[in-house]
Amino acid sequence: MTTMTKPKPKTYELRLYVAGQTAKSVAALANLQRICETHLAGHYRIEVIDLTKTPQLAAGDQILALPTLVRRLPEPIKKIIGDLSNEERVLVGLDVQPVKG
Amino acid sequence: MNKQRSPRATPGLPKSPTGITGLDEITGGGLPTGRPTLVCGAAGCGKTMLAVEFLVRGAVEFGEPGVFMMFEENAAELTANVRSLGFDLDQLVQQNKIVLHHVHIERSEIEETGEYDLEGLFIRLGHAIDSIGAKRVVLDTVEALFAGLPNHAILRAELRRLFRWLKNREMTAIITGEKGEGNAITRYGLEEYVADCVITLDHRVTEQISTRRLRVLKYRGSAHGTNEYPFLIGERGFSVLPITSLRLDHAAPAERLSTGIARLDQMLGVQGVFRGSSVLVSGAPGTGKSSIGAQFADAACRRGERALLFAYEESSAQILRNMHSIGMDLAPWVKKGLLQIHASRPALSGLEQHLVAMHDTVRAFRPAVVVVDPISNLTLERSEMEVMPTLMRLIDFLKQQQITSLFTSLTTGGSGTSAPEDSQVGVSSLMDTWLQLRNVEFNGERNRLIYVMKSRGMAHSNQVREFVLSDAGIDLVDVYLGADRVLTGTARVAQAAHERSAAELRREAHERKLRQLAAKRKAIEAQIAALNAEDEAEAAEMIFTVAQESLQATTTQQNSAAMAQLRGGATTATKATKGKR
Repeated sequence: MTTMTKPKPKTYELRLYVAGQTAKSVAALANLQRICETHLAGHYRIEVIDLTKTPQLAAGDQILALPTLVRRLPEPIKKIIGDLSNEERVLVGLDVQPVKG
Repeated sequence: MNKQRSPRATPGLPKSPTGITGLDEITGGGLPTGRPTLVCGAAGCGKTMLAVEFLVRGAVEFGEPGVFMMFEENAAELTANVRSLGFDLDQLVQQNKIVLHHVHIERSEIEETGEYDLEGLFIRLGHAIDSIGAKRVVLDTVEALFAGLPNHAILRAELRRLFRWLKNREMTAIITGEKGEGNAITRYGLEEYVADCVITLDHRVTEQISTRRLRVLKYRGSAHGTNEYPFLIGERGFSVLPITSLRLDHAAPAERLSTGIARLDQMLGVQGVFRGSSVLVSGAPGTGKSSIGAQFADAACRRGERALLFAYEESSAQILRNMHSIGMDLAPWVKKGLLQIHASRPALSGLEQHLVAMHDTVRAFRPAVVVVDPISNLTLERSEMEVMPTLMRLIDFLKQQQITSLFTSLTTGGSGTSAPEDSQVGVSSLMDTWLQLRNVEFNGERNRLIYVMKSRGMAHSNQVREFVLSDAGIDLVDVYLGADRVLTGTARVAQAAHERSAAELRREAHERKLRQLAAKRKAIEAQIAALNAEDEAEAAEMIFTVAQESLQATTTQQNSAAMAQLRGGATTATKATKGKR
């Protein structure tokens, strides 16, 4: 269903689970925003869920490790755990064709 | 009582009772409160069942809500699995007593980049704990995470942190772990992190009969039973044996019970056996063991007490019919609900399983008397090492409930030639009273003998009695002691007849003599009467004659006096004399 040639028309719905303002959380969010701006400009939406405030949300996406990035759309659901410091792996995890530049 | 006493034995270490039959006795009160306990074993050995029962009993019996965090099954599967044990997890979840939390991790959909921790797991667990105020936690099986998360270094660090976190939150926790290869306790070395209490479960099959065993490998800061204990997962959950056998503190009532055979009671210090004692009836095939057992149960029913009969050889209908043939009608007791007969094949399950079935039945029926016929069938193909402790547990259990028990046991000795006692040495030491039945072959027939091998705490007969089964019931008869052997059966009857006829003759002789004596006495009395009569007659005649003569004399005197008067007065005397002529 996905055409690897043109990833642009899709909208990526991303959810980042964190626990408070830890170093890893902050790093993960910063990394995510940077990657999205670079490769998915205008086609993404990021929702940050702080589980220290809403712990009941952890079960829904079966969150164990933190931080966890969940790609809710497009399907299928994909999860990337860690502080997203490795851009290449994040892109593989999100199934995003990197923008050459 | 046990549960209260046990924690005092190891002061300082608070314990949380599991409510699992037997486990609290072995651990001296339960698992360490506020600490994690590792339960490990191979697949299918009952780890999850143990954990579930720990939580359910905690929530229902001890008012401690619990969180069940599962990594393998999901909540619906688990609920269905434990429903067969009578645990309704749905209801407990609705009552906010238990939280079922399924943690699922799918490696294929996870990508790993950079630093992370398992804070999500902590948050979820913490949230579940807070939502119901849980005191108990189960993690089943946390090792599944090793398959889901590629970075084992992080996982190990986080597990270490998790167990410490559980401790800090003072959760009494069970962490299950799969048994590792070789001597490893768990596959991923969880015992490294959970060091307070380690319980191993094991499932073995020997001689085609499976036995589950439990062992407390380690219990920091507490004494505990270190043996391997058999356990079962039965209809009412987990039961570890021994149920009560760590102590020898049962009461010893002085009350006596009749065995239902008057002459046997006579042999046992006149009044029968003690209530709550154990009786072993051993003997070769066909010596009447079952009949004694049935009679024992019958006697209890006659007293209005309940009796429970475990039959491992005959069906209950067969027992009723066979006992009817010796004049014992058990059917009314069954109808009245005083007698229950449980017949099953000994090979149906292992000894432990039979034992737990017995426990359950005894607890449900609350009998005064239990008859097991025969124990030797239960112990088939088992080494004495195994059988002894198991039977000891059963006997202890019955004693604690003050239930009088009678066990029959088939001896392999056969007829009276070899010593049948030999095969019973192991079991007999557990028994308070031991009756031995023996066949004696003599004079072309086989007869049964009974004697009391031992009977603790009472004066008992040292005499051998003949044991007679007839359509009138069971009776014991004195045997005749011949020159070199006891006489039984027809020999005894012949001897009795012989003695009887001799006595008869003597009695007749005596009677004849007495009759002769009586007749003689009568004759003498007749003679005396005749003589008396003669004497009286003579005396009467004499009186008559005297009277007659004196009358004549008077008359003569008067005549002569008259004559003298007429003649004119001569001397009266001479004339009187003359006149007499």
